[in-house]
Order: sequence, then structure tokens, then C-alpha cells
Amino acid sequence: MQDGFKTSGARDLELSSRKGGELPSGPKADWWKQASNILQKHGPLVALVGLCILFSLAAPNFASLGNFVAVLEAAAVPAIVAIGLTFVLMQASIDLSVEGVSSLGNIIVSIMVANTVTGTDIGLWALPLVIATGAAIGLLNGVISIYARMPSLIVTLGSWLIALGLASLLFPNRQPQILDTRITSLAIDKHFGVSSLVYLAVAIALLAILVEKNTVFGRMSRAIGENEPVLRMSGIRVNRYKMAAFTVAGACFAIAGLFIAARIGVGNPRSGIGLLFPSIAACVVGGTLLSGGHGGIRQSMIGVLILVTLRNGLIQIGVDPLLQSAVEGAVIITAVAASTWHLRSKIRIIK
Amino acid sequence: MTIALSLHGVEKRFGDVVALDNVNVSLHEGEVLGLIGQNGSGKSSLMKIMSGLYRPDGGEVRVGGKVVQLRSPLDAGRAGIGLVHQEQSLIGSLSVAENLFLDKPAAYARWGSYRWTAMKDEARRQLEKVELDIDPFTPLGDLSFGERQMVELAKVLTLEELVDGHLVILFDEPTAVLNPPEIEALFSQIRRIKHRSSVVFVSHRMDEILDISDRVLVMSDGRNVAEREKDKVNVDELYELMVGKQRIDRVARRPRDAHLGSSRVLEVENMSVPGEVHDVSFSMAPGEILGVIGVQGSGAESVLRTIFGMADRWSGSIRFDGKPLEIDAPSAAVARGIGYLPAERKTEGMVRNTSVSENAAITFGWQHAAGPGMVSRRREKAPIKDWVAKLAIKTPSIEHQIDLLSGGNQQKVVLSKWLLGNSLKLLMLDHPTRGLDPGARADLFAAIRELADKGLAILLVGDTLDEVLSLSDEIIVMKDGMISAHIAQVQQSPPSEEELVRAMV
Repeated sequence: MQDGFKTSGARDLELSSRKGGELPSGPKADWWKQASNILQKHGPLVALVGLCILFSLAAPNFASLGNFVAVLEAAAVPAIVAIGLTFVLMQASIDLSVEGVSSLGNIIVSIMVANTVTGTDIGLWALPLVIATGAAIGLLNGVISIYARMPSLIVTLGSWLIALGLASLLFPNRQPQILDTRITSLAIDKHFGVSSLVYLAVAIALLAILVEKNTVFGRMSRAIGENEPVLRMSGIRVNRYKMAAFTVAGACFAIAGLFIAARIGVGNPRSGIGLLFPSIAACVVGGTLLSGGHGGIRQSMIGVLILVTLRNGLIQIGVDPLLQSAVEGAVIITAVAASTWHLRSKIRIIK
Repeated sequence: MTIALSLHGVEKRFGDVVALDNVNVSLHEGEVLGLIGQNGSGKSSLMKIMSGLYRPDGGEVRVGGKVVQLRSPLDAGRAGIGLVHQEQSLIGSLSVAENLFLDKPAAYARWGSYRWTAMKDEARRQLEKVELDIDPFTPLGDLSFGERQMVELAKVLTLEELVDGHLVILFDEPTAVLNPPEIEALFSQIRRIKHRSSVVFVSHRMDEILDISDRVLVMSDGRNVAEREKDKVNVDELYELMVGKQRIDRVARRPRDAHLGSSRVLEVENMSVPGEVHDVSFSMAPGEILGVIGVQGSGAESVLRTIFGMADRWSGSIRFDGKPLEIDAPSAAVARGIGYLPAERKTEGMVRNTSVSENAAITFGWQHAAGPGMVSRRREKAPIKDWVAKLAIKTPSIEHQIDLLSGGNQQKVVLSKWLLGNSLKLLMLDHPTRGLDPGARADLFAAIRELADKGLAILLVGDTLDEVLSLSDEIIVMKDGMISAHIAQVQQSPPSEEELVRAMV
């Protein structure tokens, strides 16, 4: 009786148990499944293309090369922010310190390079200084949220305001104008009609995609968002990856501040204000959900383009500026509802 | 024979609760040790100590004769001990290969960046061991449950290459949600690895335990109470050791002389759920127990979930209590007097991290409050205590946290939430005994019978044929979403198991 369970009636009659994807499905269901799979995978891209077509038809100037460049230029800063946010969001945490850290970055650059107010001029050393400051704040966010066991929402809400305060504190009595042309030329000099900021943003995005897809940090970030307890039980040093994500995020926000400094050419302690909401919205619209484990850099970048295109297009077709934010909000809700629809039914089907 | 792993006087306490009390176990090299015991007997704690998830409060663990401190699963891994988790420890959005090496990402990374080719080759080698022919870069979420269980096993078996000495592989109820071919595949793997591993195998199914084990260890109340060689024991004796009484006679039919009336509480006509249920019709009398059985994917669970308002799209008509049932959400079903005990106790049945009383009062607690929109913790107490006593729920107090109870007692608390109100007319049970030990199962059966005798209609999807045969007045067999057999008067003239199986497959 080697195979006892084979001969036992009860064993063979193991009744239906719940498992995913094994229900009989007709051809119609297959078709539906395929279509929804494609939409689920490329929905945001489809939405972006749709928006472009729509605006091209409605506004004659939308489809011009000049406008295309304008969209790219407008996307550079939110893209850098979204890259930093993506790693944090994939891990199912959040970082609200965007506006504080980028404002601080802006101020530090403008007072440390040649400028009209302070006498300090450390030249291009200002760049690593700014990035390191952002990274340090990010690391601190991570350390506090992990070791004080506080939700990242609260910790970064605090550091948002702290960094904003620091920026104001560092602000000299007069507005410093950046004299170092190596900084301002990043935004002014064009190569093939596009500023260096755009090239830099694209390069950072490509690098981030590599990190996301090929490094242990990138892959673990996704896994942490999906099921952190499993990783902890597997002996993974989850805290390290979490701190790394916040550090990367802080650094990215500071770089965004640097970009802003290059563009506006002055130090402004409130220059980062207004960045947080569109960047988080961009990530989510692109498919990097707040619940973690979903999306990625590519998706977030598409989300950024959707939001920037939307804003640009609404201006082109002459929507009342007062109504614009309302329309944006409505589009964001619709887009997120559409992109998470498949997750909604998954909740019901169970496993 | 050499001892691979041994525990000496191991103790584990959680507050006042003693989970393990002076446990002594020794595991020989190349041996499969079956571990049985009721829920709450300490099996899981024992497995967690052996795999480094828990640290003992007393006693010592020896590997190959040497005393070791297993501080983490990593430590256990280095000592050659691996645990195949009951709830799979895998990440759906990562590839199979990454999951295989989840606990050792550094092994296939250089400067923090994965070396995909090396990982893929090694993953393929590992998958060959468990005879899984899939692309290592398939997202894990695309696999079937059985395949994932094999990946879980392969993940643990990577120890074979990493550790030189003898291995100890622990299986914590690996078969609970597998179907027979998958179980057979798992068993052949266990037999394969015996040449260099010892195995500890936990299951609630006696036939499985006797099939795969060389020796059986019985746990009860946190102690190892008996050890038996496989050849010198039978199922009844094992039940007796576990439960402390004779195995519940499986043909202890429900004594029913009360004739079920012709009045109908539930009438389902032409119910169809796209892709799941096709044209199903049946009806139930008050006080009737209707068992629904079918193999996986037969649609039995979908019928229950549709009646409870959880189907996205469906067609057909349902009359309940004489009136059409308009259901679009569980709340509508509950308002009409329908209760549902879900199969997924931990995610759908109970609210974790809250007390027994909060769980019991969650649905109908308001019926005991002073007025509409109010809650009264004080007034709820008496009825909750009443049901805790009636269902023999073992809990120190009704304010005890539900997570700390054993599975059977948790399930009874979930059941009590439906009974706390006085408006329930139909109770639907979806695999109510899944994961329960025989003692808890018998208790639950008794409670179900009593409820039916009091006039509650019960619609049951069971885990085993035994269960459905011994409880039901009528049985519906489902196959591919349709009713393939309808057997009336089950208690008076029971159908043979063969008859039912023929209708199922």
C-alpha cells in the first residue's frame, strides 16, 4: 500500500478548492481577458496617445514641433520628482517632502554658486552638495519612519515643512540671482531645440529604469510593496532597501530643485511649491499605485507626460484657467479609476 | 541511525499561554516524521522553532548532535533546515527565478545588479529537481497554485547546493489546498529527497500522514504525547491519540425524523454567472441542510457567493422567503436574513487584531443596542457570552484577541456573528472546516446540525465527501458550472461515494 492516498476514497474526492485562473472560460471570456490585459498593461500609453489625438484635432497649434518641445521642457522637473517617488511608492510608502526638499535645493544652489547676494562661490561643487543634502534628508525620513515605526506619510509631512523652513532660513535678505552661467545654461542652451535639462531628465530616467529592472534594490522595492512580511521571513534586510528608496527620493527632489534654479535663475524658498500633487498624481495615473508593488519608472514617466500634455492641451484649446485644475482633477480620477478597474474585480474573485 | 535534528525540553510561552511544554523530539537522518495534533496543540510553534522563526524560551535545539541557536530563518538555512510554508512565501510580481533565490539575492548579483543569465541557468537546474518545465522568468503570479507550491519546494531545496551536510526539510500542511495529482507530485519529491534529507510533515489528513511518514509524532496541549512507527498504527488509533476519544464515526448520520415541510425559503432559478455557473436551479426548505459538492472549478462556491451578492454579473432569479431577492451587495443579502461563512477565514471571515466580542458583534451587534445607529458594548455582552458558551468556543474571555485562538475557535467566532442576530433564515457555509482538526470539526458539525434543527436553512460547500454526506438532507453535485446530479433524502438512502464521484468528474 505504497500509494495509500490513491486508493482512499476521501482522498480522491478532495473537493473544489479556490484557486485562481482555473475556471472554465469561453472564447468570449478569452477575448475579454486579452483586451483587458492589453489595456491593463498599456492603458496609460493608450490614454496619452488619445489625449494627443484629441488635442491635435481641437487645437491647430498643439501638434507643432514647438509645442512638443514645450511639453518636454515642462515635463523635465516633474519627471525627476516622479522618478524618486516611484521607488518609494513601489514599496507602498510615500514621500511628501518633495516641495520642501526641492525648494531647499534651489536655495542652496543659488547661494553657493556665484550670485548677486552672497559671497560664497564653490562652483560646481554646489551640485554634489545639493544632491547630498537631499539624500541626507531622504535617509533621515527612512531612518525615522523605520526605527520610530512611524508611517512615512507623517514623517515626510514633517520633513516637508522642516525643509521648507530651512529654505526660508537660508534665504538671504535679498533674492540671490545666479551668475554662474554653467548652471543657467542648462536651461538656456538648446541642442536640437531642447535644453540640457530635458536630456538630463531622460538620462536619469533611463538610469532609473536600469536600476529598477536589474538591481536587487529595484526588484526588492517591488517585492516589498507586494508582500513585505514574506521578505522579512526570508531574511531580506528590508529596512536597507526602504532607507535606500527614501534616500534616492530625497536626492531626486534636490535635483529637481537644481533644475528649477537653472530655469528661473534665482533662489526662491518657495520655488518647489506646487510640485507634490502633480508628481504623485502622475505616478498613480501612469500605474504606480499607492498600494505598492505595481507600476515602475516607465509607467510613472508616461503618467508625467499625460499630466503635462493635459495641462498644455487645456491651455491650447482655451479652457478657462480657473476651470483648468478642476478638469485636471476630474481627468486624474477617471484615469486612476480606469487603470485600477482590473484590481477591483480581483478583490472579489479571491486568490 | 544518526540523529539529524533533536529538541530537548523545548518550551515556548506567549504571555500566559504555554504553546510548547517540555517537548522532546528527535529526527533521524533520512526519515520522514509525520507530525499530527489538533489545532492549538503546538505543531506550528514547533515548526517555527525548528525553522528559526521563533526562539525557544527554554530547552535546546541540536543539529547533528551540536547545540545550535537558530535566531532567524537564515541561521536555520545555514544549518541545513528549510521550511516549506503553508501560506506560500512567494512574491507574485517577481519572476520564478527571483523567487527561488529570494532569500539570497546577493548570490546572483554583482555590485547590486542581477546577473540574469547565471540566475536563469541555476533556476532552471533547481526547477528540474521538482520536474517543473517552465521558463524561469515567468512571473510567479501566472502559475497555478500547485505549480507555485512546487516553486516553494524548489526554493527550499536550493539548500541542497548551499549546505554540505544533511538537510532537514519541514512541511507545514503543504497539501491543504492541493488536488490529488499535485499531492502525488509532492510526495514523489519527498521520497526523492529522503536520501540526503530528513523531513517533518504536518497534515490533518491521516491517510496522507500514514502514506508518507516512517514515524508519526502526536502533539497534544503543547506536549509530544505519543510516537508510533508507521507499520504499527492505524488511522483510528491516531485519531484517538490526538482527540483523546474514538474517531467520530463518519456514518454518524444526522438523525432526522422531522419531515421537512414543503414551504420554501430559497428558490434559485436559472442562475448563470459568466464563465462560472450555468443555468442552475434548486430550492430549499427551512431547516434543510443542502450540500453542494464538485471538483475545483465546478462553480459550487460561485453559487454561494452569487446568492450573497458578490457576483459582478449574473442572470436568473432568486426568491427568498417568498419574495424576489434583489441582491447587489452582501449588505442587501444580510438585510434579508442571509449569512455567509467564507472559506478564507483570515481575510474574509474575521477582523484580525480585534477581540472575540468585536468580531461576534460586527454584523448584528446593533440589534442589541439601545437605539438606531447606536452600539452598546454592555448590552452585547450577554448574547455574545451566550453563543461562546453554546458553541463551546475556547477563549479566556470575550475580550481576548481573536488571532490568538486556534483555527477552530476562530471559525466558531465567525459563525457566532451570524447567530447573534435573530433575523437569520439562511446560512451559507463555504468550506467551513478547512484547516480545522477533527475535534474542532466535530464541534462545528454539532453546531450546524443544531442550527438546522431549529429551522435555519443551511447551504454547505464541504471539503470532503464525508462531511457533506454526514450533514446533508439533500446533495447537489456540480460539474462545469452545471448541476450534474441532485440527490434527495440523503440521510434515509445515502448515495455511494462512487455515485457522487461519477457525477463530479
